[in-house]
Amino acid sequence: MQPVIVHYLPILAFLVLAGVIGGALVGGSLIAARQKPYAEKLSAYECGFEPFDDARRRFDVRYYLVAILFIIFDLEVAFLFPWAVSLWSIGLFGFLSMVGFLAVLTVGFIYEWRKGALEWE
Amino acid sequence: MIATIGFYVFAVILLASATMVVTARNPVHSVLFLILAFFNAAALFLIAGAEFLAMILIIVYVGAVAVLFLFVVMMLDVNFAELREGVQRYAPVGLVVGLILLFELGLVLTGWHFAPSAAEIRMSPTPTALSNTAALGNVLYTRYIFLFQLAGLILLVAMIGAIVLTHRERGTARRQRIGRQNARQPEETLAMLNVALGAGIDEIGILRPLPDPAPVGAESHALPHAAEPH
Repeated sequence: MQPVIVHYLPILAFLVLAGVIGGALVGGSLIAARQKPYAEKLSAYECGFEPFDDARRRFDVRYYLVAILFIIFDLEVAFLFPWAVSLWSIGLFGFLSMVGFLAVLTVGFIYEWRKGALEWE
Repeated sequence: MIATIGFYVFAVILLASATMVVTARNPVHSVLFLILAFFNAAALFLIAGAEFLAMILIIVYVGAVAVLFLFVVMMLDVNFAELREGVQRYAPVGLVVGLILLFELGLVLTGWHFAPSAAEIRMSPTPTALSNTAALGNVLYTRYIFLFQLAGLILLVAMIGAIVLTHRERGTARRQRIGRQNARQPEETLAMLNVALGAGIDEIGILRPLPDPAPVGAESHALPHAAEPH
C-alpha cells in the first residue's frame, strides 16, 4: 500500500464531517421545526418562477463551443502541472518541449480569438 | 487497513454506479451516476498512489466532460419515448451486434496473459522519494516528447474543428474597437452650453451624437441611451 494515502486522511475526515453537518442541518430542521406546509409556502420562492415549459428543448450550439474550448484549455493547464514540478530535472529540452506545445495551442488560441469564437453576441 | 476498506467501498460504489449508468431510464440520472463513478475512480487512483491522475480525473472529467454530457442530454431536443418506439423492430440487429461484441470480449478475456517482463517490473521497488506528479513530469516532456506534441496537435484540431463546425458570424456582436476609442476627440462628443437658471434639459432639448456612417461601435452606441431622460 502506498504511503501517500495517509496524507489524504484529513480530506476523508472533512468529507465525512461535511456529510454529517449537512445531514444534521437538514435532518434537524426536519425533526425540530414545525412542519405546516401549504401550497403557497411550497411554491418557488421570489426569484424562482414556476416552470412553464419542458426542459428538453433545442438550444444554441454556442454553449457547446464554450464548453469544448474550456475543456481544451483545461487540458492544456493540466499538462503544465507535472512540467512545472519537474522542470529542474528535465532541463532545457523539457522546457522547449513545453514551449512547442504551448506554441501549437497558441496558434489555435489566436485563431479562435480572431474568428470571434470568444465573443458572446 | 484503511486503504483496503476504502478500496472495497469505492470499488463497490464504482461498479454499482457504472451499472446504473447503463440501466437508468432517465439519461440525466445516467450522467449523474457517471459523475459518481468518476469520483470513485479518482478515489481508487488515489489509493493506488496515482495522485496526479486522480486530481486530473476530477478536474477534467467531472469539471468539464460531465458538464458537456449534461449539456447534451439535458438540452438536446430528444424525445426519449419516441426513441424507444422502434425497439421491437431493431432488437434482432442489436442482439446480433451485442453477441458479436460479447464473443470478442470473451476472446479478450480468455486470451490475455501477463507480459513476460511484468513480474520483474512488479518486483522492482517503487521509488518513494519521487512524487507521482514528478515521476510523470520526468518522462512525459522528454522521453515521450512526440506523444506529448501529438497531444497538443490533437487539441489544436479539436479547437479548430469545434469552431469550424459551430461558429458562425451573426454580425450582432458589440466588439471593442480600440483604434476608434483612442481616436475620439472631446470636441466630437462634448458641447458646452450656457443654460439659464431653472431651465431643465426638457427646455434645451437633448443633444444626440451625429449619426455614424460606420457601423456603430460599442462606445458610441451607449451614448444616446445615456442621454435618454428618465
